[in-house]
Amino acid sequence: MIYEVFRQERKGQPLQHAGSVEAADDHFADVYAREQYGRRGESTALWIVPRSAVLEIHEFVDELNRNYHRVDGYPLKEKLKEARERAASAKSAGALSAGKD
Amino acid sequence: MHEKVQNTLLEIADDELILGWRDSEWTGIAPLLEEDVAFSSIAQNEIGHARALYELVARERGTTADALAFDRSPDEYRCAPIVELRLLDWGQTIARHYLYEEADAIRLERLKQSGDSEVAGLASKIDREEAYHRMHAQMWFDRLQGEPRFTAALDELRPQTTALLDSELRGEHTSELTELWEEMTMVRRSQPTGTKW
Repeated sequence: MIYEVFRQERKGQPLQHAGSVEAADDHFADVYAREQYGRRGESTALWIVPRSAVLEIHEFVDELNRNYHRVDGYPLKEKLKEARERAASAKSAGALSAGKD
Repeated sequence: MHEKVQNTLLEIADDELILGWRDSEWTGIAPLLEEDVAFSSIAQNEIGHARALYELVARERGTTADALAFDRSPDEYRCAPIVELRLLDWGQTIARHYLYEEADAIRLERLKQSGDSEVAGLASKIDREEAYHRMHAQMWFDRLQGEPRFTAALDELRPQTTALLDSELRGEHTSELTELWEEMTMVRRSQPTGTKW
C-alpha cells in the first residue's frame, strides 16, 4: 500500500506534502514515516494517509468559458493602466481649467 | 569504575557493534526500500551505541573507542554468539532482531539503575533510541507471527538469548566471528605504522 505523508515543520504551520511510503499496513506506515520524515527533528507532526483515502480531482469544467470566475480570467493590469491614465488626464485638465480662472 | 562494570559495558558494546555490522549487511538488499532505510538506520544506531559505551570504558582504561572496537583479537571480544551469526534469511534476521531487543530492554533497565550516574545516563539515552527499535521489531513480530519460517527461527534462536543477559553463559565464539573480524578490522589493520586517523 502507498501512504502519502504530510509533515508539519513547526507548530502552527500548515502540514505540507512530504512524500510517500510503501508499507504493508498502517503499523508499518507509521514506523517508516517516522523513520523517513520525523526522526531528525525535522517535523513536529505527521499525517499519514492511505493514498486510496485521498479524493482526487483533476478536471475543472468551464463549458461556458466563464473566465471571469478564474483568477487569471479578469486581467486588472490593463484596466488599472487605463484608469490611471484617465485619472492623470482628468487631473491635468482640472489644473488647466483652474489656471484659467 | 569497577572492573566488573567495565566488563559488562564491554559485553554490551561488543554485542551492539557486531549486531550493527550484521544488520548492516542488509543495506541495499532488504525486502523493500523503506525497510532498507529503516533497518540500515537501526544498524547505524547500534554501532553508535557501541561507540558511546566503548568511550566510557576507554577513558577508564586509558585507551580509545577505536582501539577497543578494532584492535583486539577475535577471542578478546565479549559478544554473545547470537549476534555473530551471519543470517541470510530475512525471517531469521527479524527473529534475532526481536529477541535481541527484548533482552536489550531488560539489560538497559538494569544499567539505568546503576549507581554510576554516567552509566545510568548513557543507558537512558540509548534506551530512548531503542524504543524506536522495539517498535520496529514489534511491528515485524506482529506481521510474521504464525508464519512457520519465522516461528522456527524464533524457536531456534531463543535459547541463545539467555547469554545476552548473563556473562557466565556467553560461551565460545562462533567461527563466523573470525570472518567478520577479518572484514571489520581490515582497513584499520592495513594502516601503515605511524599514520593517524
